[in-house]
Amino acid sequence: MNARYRPLMATTLIFIVAYALCVSQYPGMWSTRVLGNFLTDNAFLGVAAVGATFVIISGGIDLSVGAVIGLTGVVTAILITRLGLHPLVVFPLVLALAALFGAVMGAVIHFLRVPPFIVTLAGMFLARGLASVLTQDSIPIDHEFYRTVSSLYIKLPGGGRLSAIGLTMLAVFAIFGLVAHKTRFGSYVYAIGGNPVSAALMGVPTGRTTVAIYALSSFLGGLSGIIYSLYTSAGYPLAAVGIELDSIAAVVIGGTLLTGGYGFIFGTLIGVMLQGLVQTFIVFDGTLSSWWTKIAIGFLLFMFILLQNLVFNRQNGPAHLRKGPA
Amino acid sequence: MTNDQRAVLQATGITKTFGSHAALKNVDIAFQAGEVHALLGENGAGKSTLIKILTGAYSLDQGTIRLDGEEVSFATPLQAQALGIGTVYQEVNLLPNMTVMDNLYIGRQPRRFGLVDRKRMEREARAVLSGYGLDIDVRADLSTFSVAVQQIVAIARAVALSGKVLILDEPTASLDAAEVEKLFDIVRRLKARGLAIVFITHFLDQVFALSDRVTVLRNGQLIGTRAISDINRTEVVKMMLGKDLALHHGEILAEESEVGETLVSLRDYGLKGRVEPINLDIHRGEVIGVAGLLGSGRTEMARLLFGIDTADSGRIAVDGRDATIRSPRDAVALGFGFCPEDRKLDGIFGDLSVRENIVMAMQARLGWFRALTRDEQMEIAGNYIEALDIRTASAELPVKLLSGGNQQKVILARWLATDPRFLILDEPTRGIDVGAHAEIVRVISRLREDGLALVVISSELDEVVSYSSRVVVMRDRAIAAELHGADINVARIVETIASHHAEAEQ
Repeated sequence: MNARYRPLMATTLIFIVAYALCVSQYPGMWSTRVLGNFLTDNAFLGVAAVGATFVIISGGIDLSVGAVIGLTGVVTAILITRLGLHPLVVFPLVLALAALFGAVMGAVIHFLRVPPFIVTLAGMFLARGLASVLTQDSIPIDHEFYRTVSSLYIKLPGGGRLSAIGLTMLAVFAIFGLVAHKTRFGSYVYAIGGNPVSAALMGVPTGRTTVAIYALSSFLGGLSGIIYSLYTSAGYPLAAVGIELDSIAAVVIGGTLLTGGYGFIFGTLIGVMLQGLVQTFIVFDGTLSSWWTKIAIGFLLFMFILLQNLVFNRQNGPAHLRKGPA
Repeated sequence: MTNDQRAVLQATGITKTFGSHAALKNVDIAFQAGEVHALLGENGAGKSTLIKILTGAYSLDQGTIRLDGEEVSFATPLQAQALGIGTVYQEVNLLPNMTVMDNLYIGRQPRRFGLVDRKRMEREARAVLSGYGLDIDVRADLSTFSVAVQQIVAIARAVALSGKVLILDEPTASLDAAEVEKLFDIVRRLKARGLAIVFITHFLDQVFALSDRVTVLRNGQLIGTRAISDINRTEVVKMMLGKDLALHHGEILAEESEVGETLVSLRDYGLKGRVEPINLDIHRGEVIGVAGLLGSGRTEMARLLFGIDTADSGRIAVDGRDATIRSPRDAVALGFGFCPEDRKLDGIFGDLSVRENIVMAMQARLGWFRALTRDEQMEIAGNYIEALDIRTASAELPVKLLSGGNQQKVILARWLATDPRFLILDEPTRGIDVGAHAEIVRVISRLREDGLALVVISSELDEVVSYSSRVVVMRDRAIAAELHGADINVARIVETIASHHAEAEQ
């Protein structure tokens, strides 16, 4: 089997085993009801993680996603409640703004050759700061449209509900899975992650692609912000603090190599679900502190980094002190 | 050169200057359709600069490039590629993390309904590669294949995209004999298809096996273009090294009888794949000159001696006692010093001052906790600046502002400050102006008189002859011959370098 599928297989296997263990202890977890809640509760994380997958496959990192979620939520809330705009007018507007925000970061990264870590860190402070200047408090959104969307769901066999936002997340995974694996743009993302110099020499439009990758990440951050506002019916400047790190964890657990070049959108979905599974288990247990989620994620993350090291470094051998003969 | 009617790619009067250093001076070269044209020259001869100009990686200062008779200029490799000049580098510039077919088609994948048509891409990739005698799973990652296969994929891509001129930059450097043969088959087939193929290599055997014509560059100047049928190996070596066989150096500076006791003794000391087992005794007060073409194993030997690479066979004894050298630290502890070939990359800390560069190795030897005071540093640096006549406005000047020759002396001073017993110099006069050559040579001779043991690797045979007590000639990663006394002259060295190739021919 192709070595690149190994981390993905491992994640999937771990998810299945972990789910089986959870069910053996709490049979109640084996229901579409739990599954439906899974999707709804993690929708905003999943959507943001899809963007992070693209960024990480390209060898970059985006620390601004959580802040973009917060800012979009606040701007959406303000436009709807204070200016009285219809959400369907507001959504495209904030999504376009978010994409523009990401495009600017991408342009700085590519054209000024600033490391993505620094650029998106600056982006994070900018977005979070801006959100907090706009409002210190949570702005409740009480709009007809929000109530309608929140109550929309597809009934699953067994009494579960697939909510509109859960469905949106699945759609985002499907669409961007296709983009990553089946389009030229997708192949450019992998190419840049593999070796940006070679990619440029081979005719990959690295500048355009880098800008598009960060625009995409922020766009999905914006979408995630809208989903978060639907989920909580509010816009809050300090929403989703640290989500960028959760999404990076989901991406890496999902089998994407943190140094770029290898990865799967589907793996990220498993990574998100695995995090959701741990949370659900803790809810079912009722006695454990919710911080155990972090401990479990930390442990999984550590395991996967070790696993990737085994899979990928064995092919290449030690890199230090290597130099071609003169 | 006369206007060549059949030339696909013709470059005339190419001149390129970096700062004050002329990398190429008025070079004319023409590549014809259906020929394999070898481009030869030692490091720094201007080969890579010329290739970079022809592929659009560098702009040219003067001269014209004609493709199919029309004057062209390219700002980027992509433009050159689109116009028909494809390049395959030694370090395969592909994407190891992607599949073989992605590597062949990225940027131009066949599409259906806006999505990449992987089925069709697979079919076409298979068809293309079978034309190169390659039947592999094109859906597998490129990294799972050998360098030879990756090389062929790179060639297939370059030919598919460009299709007029194919530049192969040391394509055989990491291939074994069977793989080289396979590559040659492919090159011959492409030649028959009418491509102009530029072949850069250090292996003379391969030049004679494959090429139709050969062009030699030296010090940025065109030495000449010859048909391979009109020239033999010795003549090629002479063109590359710029030596007239008639030239003799009368005076032999160092008498072997003068040398002191054995300092370093190598017995079957080697590293598989890099340097064949070496037997050599190095004495105090002698300079061993190491001659040989690039790729002959001379730099590899230096790296082994200094512990940058670790030997996997044989023994090394220092002062009669067995020693282990696993790292440069071990070597420094034994009193070794090493001035590497590429000063800028491996030797000099350009932004640090002359003083800091000189005390660097000494401080490293003292360890973390015994810092030299500034006064001590000034004292040491001042001594060596005077002793080696380093021309610098002050000891506080950043080293990168000094000329090449003076930078070289700073590196020498750095090692001398550690009071070494054994110095390895790899191409000490490369890239420094001619006037400074003589000074470096003088310094080498003086160090020998002071009782140091030195191994000096150099392509400048005149200089090797002038300072060496003994000359070791390297060939195919092994010591081919040791020359003593009256045998130390340029003619003998050139003969020895070329002789193996003559033998192989018979």
